[in-house]
Amino acid sequence: MGKVRKISTPLKGQDIRTLNAGDEVLISGEIYTARDQAHLRLYKMIKEGRELPLDLSDKIIYYCGPTPAGDRIIGSCGPTTSGRMDRFTPVLIEHGIRGLIGKGKRSAEVRDTIRLAKAVYFIAPSGAGAYLSKKVVASEIIAFDDLGPEAVYKLEVRDFPVIVAIDSEGRDIYV
Amino acid sequence: MNLRYVDPVKIKSTVRELCVTANTILRDDVLAAIKDLYEVETEGTPAKNMLKVLVDNAEIAAAEKLALCQDTGMVAVFVEMGNRVVIKDALIQDIINEGIKEAYEDACFRRSVVDGPLSRNNTGTNTPGIIHLEVKNGDKIMIAVMPKGFGSENKSRSIMLDPTADAEEIVKFCVETVKLAGPDACPPYILGVGLGGTMEHSAFIAKKALLRDITLRNQDTHIADLENKIKEEANNLGIGIMGLGGISTVIGVNIETAPTHIAGMPLTVNVSCHATRSASTEI
Repeated sequence: MGKVRKISTPLKGQDIRTLNAGDEVLISGEIYTARDQAHLRLYKMIKEGRELPLDLSDKIIYYCGPTPAGDRIIGSCGPTTSGRMDRFTPVLIEHGIRGLIGKGKRSAEVRDTIRLAKAVYFIAPSGAGAYLSKKVVASEIIAFDDLGPEAVYKLEVRDFPVIVAIDSEGRDIYV
Repeated sequence: MNLRYVDPVKIKSTVRELCVTANTILRDDVLAAIKDLYEVETEGTPAKNMLKVLVDNAEIAAAEKLALCQDTGMVAVFVEMGNRVVIKDALIQDIINEGIKEAYEDACFRRSVVDGPLSRNNTGTNTPGIIHLEVKNGDKIMIAVMPKGFGSENKSRSIMLDPTADAEEIVKFCVETVKLAGPDACPPYILGVGLGGTMEHSAFIAKKALLRDITLRNQDTHIADLENKIKEEANNLGIGIMGLGGISTVIGVNIETAPTHIAGMPLTVNVSCHATRSASTEI
């Protein structure tokens, strides 16, 4: 497998194109959480032509619903299963998303969309939410507050460890 | 018959403590299995690096009383209640749910339970738990809690096999279940397998099987052989931690069996992740 790379957000096209399936990567910068219900809402808002609560351009979405922060920056915050978001992902990529972080395999449709849009899908260590919480230096809810753990959080991460699972050429470590 | 009166507050605080312990301290048997894999996994591979992350994760969670995994689950509670126990002026299910609610609020665990499959309003308390109540002889209450995330619950499966099905068919279904879960449900996995009973009873004993220490085999040697066979064949799939390949696909297979009907052989495989959490005690 590949070497450990460092990248920062927002994602730049030239950075994405140098990432290969299997590469270990450390991400620094802003990433945005969204899981099932937030995806459903964003998807419906796009379909209805409504203004979105965040600009999706060149953003990274992280499939995560953290535990409540309490007096910490954030609670436990590992990835949830990506496959449940497959039904919404192509539309979000069409609207600017370029990076996805989750766990597990994706559909052929998602893989094709990633290849055509020159996007990238990362997997993060799963079931290690306490460990990953140490990579988050700031956190705030920016949309869908009423969804509780499923709200959209803007996270500032430093050296957040991921592995490229589908690269911009559509190469998939699980296929 | 001597009755024993048990204070509801004692039961509530016990459930509360068990929920906190289960969510923050990785089980000894599970942690030991992960450490063993780390020792033998190929040096320099992402798989080995990720196993180290899991060991670090367990240390951070325990030291900071932080949830091992953000999915602090829907709590299954297994209660074996002595027939001489009396709880005055309270229903045990209500007391248990109060204990869960307090744990999830106080320890900042994620509330993941919604009020209905379609309405999907978060109850805000992580209740109700799924409570399994059994009555036994005696004056003790045995309580085990298992907060289980849905990443792995979603990959669990049941089948009604023919009564003439052989070991091979059982193994095949279990291994196929692991293959379908693939990298999605946080391998290395632990499989809780329920064989026999009725459909819903096989699902119950499959989940209860996950409570057993993964280093202990079923006392029936035929069933123990099945456990070993399923583990071996599932590991041959080479899925590995996070689906990165290698040797770490399944770290435990626990089968529980029950009497069943002449016409069938219900089989449920409850897939559980490398952060399989449970804690138990006796009051």
